[in-house]
Amino acid sequence: MPIATMLEYDFMRTALAAGTIVATVAGAVGFFLVLRNLTFAGHALSHVGFAGATGAALLGANPLWGLLAFAVSGGVMMGLLGERLRGRDVAVGIILSLSMGLGVLFLHLYTTYAAQATALLFGDVLGVDPDVLQDLLILAILTLGGLGVIARPLLFETLDPELAAAKGVSPRLIAVLFLVIVAAAVAEAVQVVGILLVFALMVGPPAAALRITTRLTSGFLLSILFAVAVTWAGITLAYVTDWPPSFWIAALSTLIYALSFGKARIQHLAAAARSE
Amino acid sequence: MNAIDLEHLSLVRGNRTVLADIMATIRAGEFIGVFGPNGSGKTSLLHALLGLLQPASGSIRIFGKPTASESVEIGYLPQHRRDVGDLQVSGWDFVASAVHGSRWGLPLLSAADRRDVRRTLETVEAGSLAGRVLSEVSGGEAQRLFLAKALLGKPRLLLLDEPLISLDPRFQRTTVALVKRIQQATGMTILFTAHDLNPLLDAMDRVLYLGNGSAALGTVDEVMTSDVLSRLYDMPIEVLRHKGRIVVVSAHGEVEADAHRHHA
Repeated sequence: MPIATMLEYDFMRTALAAGTIVATVAGAVGFFLVLRNLTFAGHALSHVGFAGATGAALLGANPLWGLLAFAVSGGVMMGLLGERLRGRDVAVGIILSLSMGLGVLFLHLYTTYAAQATALLFGDVLGVDPDVLQDLLILAILTLGGLGVIARPLLFETLDPELAAAKGVSPRLIAVLFLVIVAAAVAEAVQVVGILLVFALMVGPPAAALRITTRLTSGFLLSILFAVAVTWAGITLAYVTDWPPSFWIAALSTLIYALSFGKARIQHLAAAARSE
Repeated sequence: MNAIDLEHLSLVRGNRTVLADIMATIRAGEFIGVFGPNGSGKTSLLHALLGLLQPASGSIRIFGKPTASESVEIGYLPQHRRDVGDLQVSGWDFVASAVHGSRWGLPLLSAADRRDVRRTLETVEAGSLAGRVLSEVSGGEAQRLFLAKALLGKPRLLLLDEPLISLDPRFQRTTVALVKRIQQATGMTILFTAHDLNPLLDAMDRVLYLGNGSAALGTVDEVMTSDVLSRLYDMPIEVLRHKGRIVVVSAHGEVEADAHRHHA
């Protein structure tokens, strides 16, 4: 379809608005997720959320809230278990497969829509209900607000856990609060890219940003910028090509991450040349 | 004025009494080397000074005040320091992230905060590390950044827990010399724990030697004697001096320095 007509459609305007809200949250929260080496937690929470989303749909509730409730509970649990989860890959993996299994069961019982399953798993940003937009915005404000409240001790604890503990920062409290925020961000990201592609929004852009700059403020802003840019470009390319936006977002996220290696490599060579 | 007064201090970790009925007074501006075998309570003592470990009995006063009220004025270098090799973060941000780090809110720095970060980086002679990425700095350079954090907020008391661990001998010497310069320039009171006292011989004013639940505080000559150390180790100890070095030996061999290094 010609790109010029893109904004004439309500569903495209809704998609871009939803994408912008969600990508901002994903880029912001994802930055700390990558900095803390917790990317797998983001992945895990989205899987836990699947059972919640399908369970809510089965009960006739909004899947977003079901997803959020399950992911937040999962986040609190992971935060409380903390270090004890280390090396428990098998236990975590089994819980994740149980969540996905339950999700499939709920979908089976909720026979009306097969499309619902695809939308949850792979995202359906072009199908976002305009009514959900307001929910996404409120959730985004709460998530970013929460991140703003814990940002300073979170950063301190992330970069220097030993000193932070000595200065009275509770690692467990920070872990729980942060994972609740991650859960909320995951619930948002799922609306655009789906459960299986949460990495594309929450990990690709911040990981690329962290490779390009070593300054935290620019890295944080760049992470949001990349996430939003990838989302806009993905939605636009989907409109033009009729391929799914989730594919484009995942592909562009990978591309931006790959390019960041090139950028880092060039900087490295330049630094080496200067020092000679 | 005294920097630290320990009166009948006992510290308990788990079920174990690490220090029992300790009396010690450290004067403001002193550089104290803190030694003792593993488990003798070096770290526990620092934690108690920081207010992280409550005394089982007795009291601690820091500059005349109870620990908790004064903890903001204590700079601390923890013994376990994370490996920074995986951090794609600049030296500046690494130090700046510790400014008022325990306060809620956004990590925004005031002009005064930025001056403080710059000052501490200059104090540890690491101004050039501000723009470098942590994953590419050496162990000795990372050490300076950790030390810079300990100096944020101009503390009057500096607690350094095993700063020499995992540093090669050359960096050990430069670290001790740097801490000595900081002491001389700022008049800070410094407690510096280590396994081997030899690198600190020229720098420290007095020795605090812990062992067997008790402590000995005094000059090197007063503390590093067979009598004192035999009591602290609870076994016969000989102190040998050789070419300006001090070696502590028991019937089972050398008990200092290298004997502990594998724990580092």
